[in-house]
Amino acid sequence: MNLIFRLAWRNLWRQPRRTWLTIGAMVFSNALLVFMISIQFGMYDLMIDNTLKSLSGHMQVQAPGYIDDAKIRQVIPDVTTLAANLRSELGIDTIAARGAAFALSSSEERSYGVQILGVEPEHEVLVSTIPGLIGEGRFLQDSTAAEIVIGQVLARNLKSGIGGELTLLGSGRDGSFAAGIVTIVGIFDTGIPDIDRNIAEIPLHYFQDVFTMEGAGHEIVITAADLTMVDATKPRVEGLLPDDEDLVVHDWDALQPGLKQAIQADLSSAFFMYGVLVVLVAFSVLNTQLMSVLERTHEFGVVMALGLTPGRLGRIVMLETAFMGLVSVLLGATIGGLATLYFGYYGFSYPGMDELGANFNLPDRFYPQVTFSTLFLGPTIVFAGALFAAMYPAFRLRWLHPVDAMRAV
Amino acid sequence: MRIFGIISTLAWRNLWRNHRRTIIMVAAISVGVWAMIFMTALMRGMVNDMIRDGIEALPGTVQAHHPDYRDDPGINNLLPLTDTQITAAFAEADFAGWSSRVRVPGIASSEQDSRGVTLFGVDPARERSLAAVGSTVVEGRNLENTADKGVVIGRKLAEKLDTGLGKRIVLMSQDPNNEIADRGYRIVGLFEANLVSYEETMVFTGKATIQGMLGITDQVSEVAVLGTDYRNVDQLRYEVEQLIGDGAEVLPWQELNAYLGTMLGVMDGFVLVWMIVVFLALSFGLVNTLVMAVFERVREIGLMLALGMRPANILMQIVVESIMLLIIGLAIGNALAWVSIVPLKDGIDISMVAEGMEMFGAASILYPELQIRDAITANVVVLFLGFLASLSPAWRASRYQPIEAITKV
Repeated sequence: MNLIFRLAWRNLWRQPRRTWLTIGAMVFSNALLVFMISIQFGMYDLMIDNTLKSLSGHMQVQAPGYIDDAKIRQVIPDVTTLAANLRSELGIDTIAARGAAFALSSSEERSYGVQILGVEPEHEVLVSTIPGLIGEGRFLQDSTAAEIVIGQVLARNLKSGIGGELTLLGSGRDGSFAAGIVTIVGIFDTGIPDIDRNIAEIPLHYFQDVFTMEGAGHEIVITAADLTMVDATKPRVEGLLPDDEDLVVHDWDALQPGLKQAIQADLSSAFFMYGVLVVLVAFSVLNTQLMSVLERTHEFGVVMALGLTPGRLGRIVMLETAFMGLVSVLLGATIGGLATLYFGYYGFSYPGMDELGANFNLPDRFYPQVTFSTLFLGPTIVFAGALFAAMYPAFRLRWLHPVDAMRAV
Repeated sequence: MRIFGIISTLAWRNLWRNHRRTIIMVAAISVGVWAMIFMTALMRGMVNDMIRDGIEALPGTVQAHHPDYRDDPGINNLLPLTDTQITAAFAEADFAGWSSRVRVPGIASSEQDSRGVTLFGVDPARERSLAAVGSTVVEGRNLENTADKGVVIGRKLAEKLDTGLGKRIVLMSQDPNNEIADRGYRIVGLFEANLVSYEETMVFTGKATIQGMLGITDQVSEVAVLGTDYRNVDQLRYEVEQLIGDGAEVLPWQELNAYLGTMLGVMDGFVLVWMIVVFLALSFGLVNTLVMAVFERVREIGLMLALGMRPANILMQIVVESIMLLIIGLAIGNALAWVSIVPLKDGIDISMVAEGMEMFGAASILYPELQIRDAITANVVVLFLGFLASLSPAWRASRYQPIEAITKV
């Protein structure tokens, strides 16, 4: 076996220029794949994180149909008690109850239609990034106070600020007229235009008063330890819901269907491109190995006449390819990894990322991370592609006849 | 000239001496060129669709507003010219379409629910000249004139408000004195749009009707003008600036919708980068093939040199060989691209990721768009860079010392 290894290795360096060119093709693809995949997967994670952590959370308990219609009468009765139950039963703190309604909010000068969220101040802090992004003033504290925090775009549009009063007009759960006067105590700046323009938060109990909710709410937001825990947590939550009430649990997939699909759409176009690269590299390997086999026809004839089986010879050819592939994986992963590290430190950006990123809740500069999977996913596929391409030249040897082969020049 | 004929014949014959190698290389080039053109056509189709949809929603390629309108899109920031003056000024101009419109934020309420929307007061005939969103309904009737007292809303909004054709909704907004202005309207038509967000937020009624409700006379928020070519809007912008006069801000669509404007630029950059990356992956194989071809023929080349062929001719022979290889590959690649794109002319249905595409601002049917310009770029990139890549092996071949070359085993 040792002999075959040595033969294969030496064969490679008979034609160093050809070997390096073939390795070069693989290293190029590997480095590119490592870098691109690091950037891509890093962005997906950031996109999911930024989108889910701002408001929607990993899971939500809702009344059936609320996800589509978001009508004020599709409620969870006694929402704070259920949320408290879930917190103690599941042993996680990151659970918060909310109510949601639409209202016309008017300052002295301006009126805008706004999505009003009633939140539990002490729990909301743990499920949403909005409380942490208060740029001016403070977040809500008292669950019954007539206070409101609004986005900075809304504040600008309303021409109002901290201490300003807003009138809220809407309709309550029973269709009655709902009105309240609240004081602005905080202004948040999430950088997500939709949220900064359209969302305002008031304390849940005050919300329930104004909109005649009678203790009910619309959603219980649950954030698991991380995204991978969602699938395991969902059935546990479902098991804890009261039997006599008709409630459902939606995971982030259902809450933000655009998010996963945007990633899928982006992934499929990326995989097409990566596939093309791998195919081109495979052609390169096929060409090299076929040439190197054809060159050695005479030599192969001799060793076969001496008793080496075609299977063994084929293994040598495959081994040569594997050596080239291995060198390429190491070099490619190193170069790609170093490039990723560089951008991980200095940040990655391209002209226009500012405007494009905003649509996906991404910042204008991005810091990719090197992980084991981003480092080896691409190169492994290239490696497999190279071995696959070498199969034809290797198996061709089975039809090689020693005598004819020795006659070949 | 005769020498060129000989060189071409030699190059062509050399190419087919080792037909396997040539076929593999041609296959690689074909796949590469196919991928370049196909991917570009898909991307182009998507982006151009997005821009077309975006321009229909804005609408127009250039818009004029009060300088503060974009920051504070309310009733207080109307254009300084009256609608009558605007109509008189624009009547002479030769635009593909234009429309003056009242556009204010508002709230639409049915008996069931309320939503934040944008209210448009339009002249239906002018809107149709822009092919604007909402100007043609799928159910019910279009608005008839500026005094039409009906409203046209999106199908999705009707669903969310639990209302429908012939039912009444109340529209609420703010008049110039910061008082709430509201009125009941009958829904006369429902429209559909490529993006759900348009269907959810746009509400149209007659211009005079909404002016009456808001208590303004003969004033509008914006003028939208459609040019013939969305890539060249500078001239149009200048003409509109001349017509609208001082005190108004005239902006092209790229600045009104920064996301779309950036997308166009990023896509142009992406297309070139993609082509070069594919070429680089190909180039290793190409150089490798040429190096092998030269290496095999060292003695022959030495002999030709000894017989008096000039080094320049050797160089030319290798380069011609490479160009021939590229041209065959390009021809097949172009044909493949054409054959694979033509059957997709009716669009690729990707509605399974519709909500994801909506995040990109794209519709759920993808129409590949084969642009001659892109196909030419792909061919030029491959030919030009391929020529450069073949120079090094060709140069080496032409530098052989005849005696050494002939005696080389």
